[in-house]
Amino acid sequence: MLRLERRPEASHLMSYASPAIAIVLMLIGGLLLFAFLGKNPIEGFKVFFINPISDLWGLSELLLKATPLMLVAVGLAIGFRANVWNIGAEGQLVVGGIAASAVALYFQDSEGAHVLILMIIAGCIGGMSWAAIPAFLKTRFNTNEILVSLMLVYVSQLLVSWLVHGPMMDPDGFNFPQSAMFADSALLPLLFDDGSRVNVAFVLAIGALLAGYIFMFRSFAGFQMQVAGYAKDAARYAGFSAKKMIWIGLLSGGGMAGLAGMSEVAGPMGQITDQVSSNYGFAAIIVAFVARLNPVGIFFASLLMALLYLGGEQAQQYLNLPSSISLVFQGMLLLFLLGSDVFINYRLRWNREVTA
Amino acid sequence: MESSILTSILFATIVAGTPLIIVALGQLVAEKSGVLNLGAEGMMSMGAIAGFAITFETGSVWLGVLGGMAAGALMSYLFAVVVLTLMGNQVATGLALSILGVGLSAFIGKSYESEILPTIEAIRIPLLADIPIIGEPLFAQQSLVYFSWALFGAIVWFLYRSRPGLVLRAVGESPSSAHSIGYPVIRIRYLATIFGGAMAGIGGAFLSVFYTPLWVEGMVAGRGWIAIALVVFATWRPFRVLVGAYLFGGVMVAQLFVQGSGLEINIPSQFLSSLPYLATIIVLVIISRDQNTVRLNAPVSLGQPYRPDA
Amino acid sequence: MTSDSDGNQVPRLELHGITKIYPSVIANEDVSLSVKRGEIHAVLGENGAGKSTLMKMIYGVTRPDAGEMKWEGEVVHVENPAHARSLGIGMVFQHFSLFETLNVVENVALGLPGNPDLNQLAEQITEVSNRYGLPVDPERLVHALSVGERQRVEIVRCLLQNPKLLIMDEPTSVLTPQAVRKLFDTLRQLADEGCSILYISHKLDEIQELCHVATVLRDGKVTGDCIPSEETPKSMASLMIGKELPVPEHNAPVELGEARLQLKRLSKKSDDPFGTELQDIELEVRSGEILGIAGVSGNGQQELLYALSGEEPVDDAESIVICGKPSGRDNPHQRRISGLGFVPEERLGRGAVPRMSLTENALLTAHHAGMLKNGMIQFDKIADFARKCIDGYNVKCGGEEHAANSLSGGNLQKFIMGREILLTPKMLVVAQPTWGVDVGAAAFIRQELIDLRNEGTAILVISEELEELFEISDRIAVIANGRLSPVKNLADTNIDEIGVWMSGMWDQESAAEVTSHA
Repeated sequence: MLRLERRPEASHLMSYASPAIAIVLMLIGGLLLFAFLGKNPIEGFKVFFINPISDLWGLSELLLKATPLMLVAVGLAIGFRANVWNIGAEGQLVVGGIAASAVALYFQDSEGAHVLILMIIAGCIGGMSWAAIPAFLKTRFNTNEILVSLMLVYVSQLLVSWLVHGPMMDPDGFNFPQSAMFADSALLPLLFDDGSRVNVAFVLAIGALLAGYIFMFRSFAGFQMQVAGYAKDAARYAGFSAKKMIWIGLLSGGGMAGLAGMSEVAGPMGQITDQVSSNYGFAAIIVAFVARLNPVGIFFASLLMALLYLGGEQAQQYLNLPSSISLVFQGMLLLFLLGSDVFINYRLRWNREVTA
Repeated sequence: MESSILTSILFATIVAGTPLIIVALGQLVAEKSGVLNLGAEGMMSMGAIAGFAITFETGSVWLGVLGGMAAGALMSYLFAVVVLTLMGNQVATGLALSILGVGLSAFIGKSYESEILPTIEAIRIPLLADIPIIGEPLFAQQSLVYFSWALFGAIVWFLYRSRPGLVLRAVGESPSSAHSIGYPVIRIRYLATIFGGAMAGIGGAFLSVFYTPLWVEGMVAGRGWIAIALVVFATWRPFRVLVGAYLFGGVMVAQLFVQGSGLEINIPSQFLSSLPYLATIIVLVIISRDQNTVRLNAPVSLGQPYRPDA
Repeated sequence: MTSDSDGNQVPRLELHGITKIYPSVIANEDVSLSVKRGEIHAVLGENGAGKSTLMKMIYGVTRPDAGEMKWEGEVVHVENPAHARSLGIGMVFQHFSLFETLNVVENVALGLPGNPDLNQLAEQITEVSNRYGLPVDPERLVHALSVGERQRVEIVRCLLQNPKLLIMDEPTSVLTPQAVRKLFDTLRQLADEGCSILYISHKLDEIQELCHVATVLRDGKVTGDCIPSEETPKSMASLMIGKELPVPEHNAPVELGEARLQLKRLSKKSDDPFGTELQDIELEVRSGEILGIAGVSGNGQQELLYALSGEEPVDDAESIVICGKPSGRDNPHQRRISGLGFVPEERLGRGAVPRMSLTENALLTAHHAGMLKNGMIQFDKIADFARKCIDGYNVKCGGEEHAANSLSGGNLQKFIMGREILLTPKMLVVAQPTWGVDVGAAAFIRQELIDLRNEGTAILVISEELEELFEISDRIAVIANGRLSPVKNLADTNIDEIGVWMSGMWDQESAAEVTSHA
């Protein structure tokens, strides 16, 4: 019989191999799913994973979708390293989008770079303020941040729904639940002039990854967060402030999610609607885990996750499958990853029979 | 006239609280064994779509409920394999289960989006149902409402009066002690987790087959998470789950009555809709202020992986 | 067949060639022993010699990889503890297998087969506990019991099944000397009634006093059998550790310097609902002395240590004064700056982060010693520090880049101790300095503490091992129920007096003294 046996020391190799195993398992799961649905698995694989990135336009869309994922995931990873479980990035992204939109709509008629700069600041502050609620409740009353941040996702969605049905609604918009289109000064400049939609936010995201890397692996504050994540009592013994880490963890996630919200409304959307986020806040959690909470990994995992998004759209278009198939892939990926992580600390052995 | 409004508020409150009771009691049993499954939202979603689809295809409500239960149980089995056998992180795995369940249910449910099921008749208990005000809410309900009460009684008996219940609590309290005196910790946790999943599945099926009765993507709308919060709020005591669930049921129906009352109250509907979520946060704050009560009642090993060395 | 009147021909338990291999260590290799009816049989060995693993195999918690076990002459494979209990084997664990939020009856019921009626069971518990002098109240919740009471619950749970073999794993480490004597009476009574007892210990004097025969284990192997009453502690020690017991040199008292730690009416309610409240603790530790605090575990040691280290600050800043600075409200980092060093009892997870390298673990408390620049870590400096610690304190490891959890308990303790000492504290607080550490490392650590004292550091040692405290302390006090006894010079007291004090009875005694002097 096969059984698990603890390794004397954790395997570094496996901690990198495990995401690869999870991706392979997800692909196998996907092939089985296509087959089960009566689609040709090879054809399905091609439509889902190859077609979206078979031309330059597709690749630029990949970067566009990966941008908010990178931003949110790097912010979340900082908190996750300290076991601060902010799973409400989706809501923080929405509120960041709202705040940035408010600035854009206020400066509808003004020119100049200050509009975008103010929008970036507003987006970050919006996301941070939404994340500050669970941070405050956690540090003050020890309230579970998982549940609070998650509940606030629903509240944020209702909030944006109210705004685009009311105060922010486009007066000339035939009562559609959306704002007016932003002025050009409130739109992020495009990176290329070949018609692709990739914008400056991608550069911001790369910058955020770099900053995240330095913070996590070079700074003492990042070290403190990691200690808290590995061994809470050791952090307390060393005299690291648990409250400070909760605040850093939640605010970094909230700020980056808010920035991602800004980059959506000021980027591909160009306005605010009640569909600000395409589930990026949750998908970024998966990205952070698959990336082992490492910014380098986040870069690649975001691209993978973006591919799942694009694949879902393609599958809807060409295979007549609901686009929610992306979520199925996302969930599978994370489950497989968490499952295969066991091999970091354990290995498989044939059970020796007890010799009498 | 007055009393008929009161009656219908009570009636709707009990109906709205029912799925929360079923799901939260299931989670309570799982958590008492030390397993924290944050995947309730996903398991409920799967229960809802499975219940709806099977009822729609077969015409049998009971097959639908069984199907919902099986879907929830299957999801929780997946969870159990990852966290109990493969020792995955319980928080992250629960989250993955939620994402997977919500996605998979939307995926499967696409073709059922515009369908509607026939309304299920209430079961009137003769005489009792005629009691003024409380008769209808308590004694003229659909079968799963009665089921939720039976479940409550059964779980109270199981946890505090039966030996397997004592063993379950012991496992959640100290898995290493339970192991060293010879109890199969992992197997017990599997069973408790799967029970929790089965109940989440039934709770989901209640929503799509009894309550609405139709299927819409995202119809669970956070009830799975609220149920998890409810267990914390109840400090792991079944009776307080019951009370809490009706409290939330009341908050959920309040908006309907305000909107339906014809009163010209200038409150955006979105604000009313957000009340259950805000209420969840408020009760969590209230209960977590008193850390001693939480610590005294929380299963000591909750959320911590355990593996006996062979 | 065994007959009850004359069971001497067939041993009750026989082990032949028992072997158990874990991935990183051979826990038991070719172990054989034999226990007669009514015999108190010691299994002797130091920490990590494989005693507990052997007992777990007899009790069915784990299974051997090779070897044979005979029970009353028949070959058996013990499948699980329930099977062991049905054979007539009972076990009292070193770390009790009790459930804190359940009451005594429920705890006992969990160890019995079937579905016993709890009311009836409560009566049985009272009856058995009276018969063997083990008073327990069946209705009380376990978390409200003292450690000694908990052990009684475990013993009663075993006795209710009329065991033929009782395994006791390090039972006296949690007891006062007086309670140990009472326990021995109970065990002798059981043996006289025909019950065999396997007594696991590393304490030589106890084994000499109690046991008929002894099997000695070292590194998982049997190194000898003996009759303790015919041996000297010295000869048994050499069987146990392969050489003679090292004794630290305790230099003559040095000149006492200024007060480095002052506790003034230190009181603290515990945050933990199962914790102990500290009441009016008064204490002064001065430069050049080692002050030992004895006590049975669970009497406020944890709470006192948390308050001293700053992990749980207290409201009244004046109640803890470190090197002249009122520090009650300071966090651990601030107290370290004031001159405090602290070595906690838990090495993995508190004193060190298990998954981090030794370098990173050095950074844990040494960061303020010039290891940072603009908030960034200077990795080369911290690696130097870690290497210095490894070399200077004889830490056996693969190198400073290896994870803390790859070290043995003794080596990790030396590393943590070295790290704290290299930071040149004026006041060092050490909890359980040699708990779970092999004899060689323990001797090294005790010697380090004494050397440090000779250099003028003030040292506070909190330990549950009385022998250790008597070996290294200059003055000694006792903590019981969250209160601290008067402090005595080591020369003016003895183990018996401290033992009485450990049950909290110093007031009566000093009162008696006053009257007798009057």
